[in-house]
Amino acid sequence: MKFIPVTISLLEGFGVSCVIFFLTLVFSLPLGLIISFGSMSRFAPLRWLTRTFVWVIRGTPLMLQLMVVYYGPGLIFGAAAFPKLTAVLIAFVINYAAYFSEIYRSGIEGVPRGQYEAGQVLGMTKSQIFFRVTLLQVIKRIVPPMANEIITLVKDTSLARVIAVMEIIMVAGTFTAKGLIWPLFYAGLFYLAFCGILTLLFNYIERKLSYFRV
Amino acid sequence: MPVLEVKGLKKSFGPTAVLKGIDFSIEKGQALSIIGPSGSGKTTLLRCLNFLELADAGTISVNGKVIYRGGDLKKYSDAEIRKKRLHFGLVFQNFNLFPQYTALKNVTLAGEMLARERPDYRARKKEILEEIEENARALLDQVGLSDKLGFYPHQLSGGQQQRVAIARALALKPDILCFDEPTSALDPELTGEVLKVIRSLAEKNTTMVIVTHEMQFARDVSDIVLFMDGGVVIESGPPGQIFDNPRVTRTKQFLERYNGT
Repeated sequence: MKFIPVTISLLEGFGVSCVIFFLTLVFSLPLGLIISFGSMSRFAPLRWLTRTFVWVIRGTPLMLQLMVVYYGPGLIFGAAAFPKLTAVLIAFVINYAAYFSEIYRSGIEGVPRGQYEAGQVLGMTKSQIFFRVTLLQVIKRIVPPMANEIITLVKDTSLARVIAVMEIIMVAGTFTAKGLIWPLFYAGLFYLAFCGILTLLFNYIERKLSYFRV
Repeated sequence: MPVLEVKGLKKSFGPTAVLKGIDFSIEKGQALSIIGPSGSGKTTLLRCLNFLELADAGTISVNGKVIYRGGDLKKYSDAEIRKKRLHFGLVFQNFNLFPQYTALKNVTLAGEMLARERPDYRARKKEILEEIEENARALLDQVGLSDKLGFYPHQLSGGQQQRVAIARALALKPDILCFDEPTSALDPELTGEVLKVIRSLAEKNTTMVIVTHEMQFARDVSDIVLFMDGGVVIESGPPGQIFDNPRVTRTKQFLERYNGT
């Protein structure tokens, strides 16, 4: 019975998956907000540049982007490659920031003009209107699509294996190569558990915000 | 001295001239109704008074002082515009209550924000906030909603929401309270309760500018009626004159069509 060693190996792999997951979130959540401001800018060149960028990032596979980030510097410029985990994070952060930016944009643009105007005629400042009136409405609007995207990210971390980062699927694969199929299913349980916890968390947030309607 | 005097107010959106030189004035305690077909510029006029749009030309004076002059002097800072807005209150067609706040909080919020700018805010914070809340409770009582203080907008009917919106606008004690078709989003039953509130404000000599399609109401409640069409004031005068003896053919046509349907 190899249950204990397999568990330990999978846990190590899952640890790598979690690092990718959390660090991607930490950087892509704020970066996405900046990108969304770009795509809503009144300055047309910036707006078009940003939207083209988002189109390219969303229009090509994350796997492709990951390979370009990892192999690109060496093959194009003859430079040293990024460390593997760094390459993964660069590709993931950019990719997810693009998706998040569109979610932010829909949330911000979804707040009716009348809400801003009501704040204005009541003599509120721009920042008061943002923090006191619109922010919570935006958050309420974006929680469901963000939950979706973040749960997708959990599973996308497995793409890191294309540049040989030892995340959980890759670890499980090493056992499969030795003739064991169950570590693959076992790895699946890790994802299921993690996504289950995230689902509960997002449901909780949604419930907390259900006292009002937008 | 009129509390509000508007002279030569013009506003265009691109090539479309929406207001082509509006003049009118209103004395303290009067109610002025603006009637006219859709697209005649009524709403734009109200939005210019509340600086949601900045008029291209003309002046707006409050209590004899020019507070806004369109044209090349249009360089007002956000802070200045914000201060000027406080002369006016605006009740929207779609209420625009803040959904995440209770009725009471909707009424107190702006006052609380403004209070922070008072020099004695730190020293008297608790007292000031209590005053604001007390004032809000009194206003909600005045509009007949003292039993709905803790309700969120989605828990209220359209008529109740609009009454909260009226209380919210009154809370800042504007010199002139503007209404932009306050009952257009309401069914006839709910329209009545909102009009009743506005009527009671008129009886208390609240200075009001009301854009409305409720002709009977305009006749009852107004001291002056303004008939607008195509971005100009076609005719103005006491309701008796406008509704019973309009001097201009266009006014007559409009009212006939209104009564006909």
